[in-house]
Amino acid sequence: MRWLSRLFEFVGKVGLFSLRVLIASVKPPFEFAQFCRQLAEVGNRSLALLIVSGFALGAVMTLHTRSTLVTFGATAMIPAVQAVSFFVEIGPLVAGLLLAGRVGSGIGAVLANMRASEQIDAIESLSVDSFKFLVVPRVLACTIALPFLTLFMDFAGLLGGFLSEELSSHIAPALYLNRAFDYLQWSNFIAPTLKTAVFGFIIGSVSAYFGYTTDKGAQGVGEAATNSVVVSSLLIIVADVLLIKCIFFLFPDTAI
Amino acid sequence: MSANQSVAVEFKRVTKSFGAKRVLGDVSFQIDQGQALCLLGRSGTGKSVTLKLIMALMRPDSGEVWVDQDNVVGMGEHQLSLVRRKLGYLFQDAALFDSLTLYENLSLPLSRLTKKSKDEIDDVIRRVLTDVGLGADGAKYPSALSGGMKKRAGLARALVLEPKILLADEPSSGLDRITAAEIDELLMRRKLEHGTALIIVTHDVHGARRVADRIAVLDKGNLVAFGTVEQVSQSENDVARRLITE
Repeated sequence: MRWLSRLFEFVGKVGLFSLRVLIASVKPPFEFAQFCRQLAEVGNRSLALLIVSGFALGAVMTLHTRSTLVTFGATAMIPAVQAVSFFVEIGPLVAGLLLAGRVGSGIGAVLANMRASEQIDAIESLSVDSFKFLVVPRVLACTIALPFLTLFMDFAGLLGGFLSEELSSHIAPALYLNRAFDYLQWSNFIAPTLKTAVFGFIIGSVSAYFGYTTDKGAQGVGEAATNSVVVSSLLIIVADVLLIKCIFFLFPDTAI
Repeated sequence: MSANQSVAVEFKRVTKSFGAKRVLGDVSFQIDQGQALCLLGRSGTGKSVTLKLIMALMRPDSGEVWVDQDNVVGMGEHQLSLVRRKLGYLFQDAALFDSLTLYENLSLPLSRLTKKSKDEIDDVIRRVLTDVGLGADGAKYPSALSGGMKKRAGLARALVLEPKILLADEPSSGLDRITAAEIDELLMRRKLEHGTALIIVTHDVHGARRVADRIAVLDKGNLVAFGTVEQVSQSENDVARRLITE
């Protein structure tokens, strides 16, 4: 039972921390320069990773899908399967998990290091609100960057799938695209892409929570980095289940 | 309000514990404007905590902490922000912001807390950096600075808002004696030329003897001696006497 009470305590603390982020993000003064800096950093750190991963995943998925669909004589459906699965689920989820690993760990480690080396105290001593200066821009940057990064991942996956299919069946690019988007509606595309903003918020606030609140000195830096990745990845998967139910409720025609 | 307007910092029966460990127990002292107080004591006796209580980075369990006529205990963030502008804090490892250049470290408080133009900010930073001997290093990142340079840079950042009270946490730790004496010299100049009150946590007894108007000795969370160097060296408390004379 003790672990259960610790779990509730943790959920409560992260919840309050996230609420504080939401309130601080709409109250002036706004740290616009810091936000731009963090946005550039999040994009810089993860764009190449997401594109390469998306491309490879797209190619591999097409190979697997082909081997199954050949059995049913339905290889013409490969582009559609590829596009729907990537835009609806694989792109958003994998982009979220990759960002949690790449950026979440960085946020946790940087903030924990700043706490251990008294940089956060130094910011406070200069009459600067360290929470608004360090935490809010990072969370907002993750929230806003992830939907855009997901788009890059989606299209990289589509490109990877096309090249893989082209090598197997010499399909023309126009035909591939035509078939790919034949079954894709706007609601299949917009809602799943926007849900990654929630994933971004989870990554930012969970990672910032571990880094900002650590009190274990140098040891806390490693712990914060690890916990940021593990907990935000877990929460992303749990949130995905809930968000999919919400999307199905709001856009019933997307429940393919 | 504190009755005496010349008081820079006053502790009134302050206690602070971390869990079961009592770090400060019923500590009271005061230091006037323009004076230098050195806090001595063995490691873990609450010296750095004392500085953090003054800066209101921590809250005491009980008691009052007066900073220039304001009791910082229980103050809201906005009021604290106003009080902190009167204080400068040199952290033990300087605590410079890794991701910012030295210039940016210094311009951060100036651009946020003053209405100075870009040119005026440049002038202030150039002057302060020159004062601490880092006039040519403004574009460097903290990782490119030596230990002594970091201390100087931390001091420059603490001084950039021209504080009435300067808190310094082991300003000479990890430095050779010449560099440590140079840092002490900078602190003394600040006190003499600007009337800044200094509260310095140190293990360097030679430095303390050079700089301090008052010495406070903390042991096991208690203030066991307070007074001039001569008074503390004749203290009845064995720890205080040994710390200042050995």
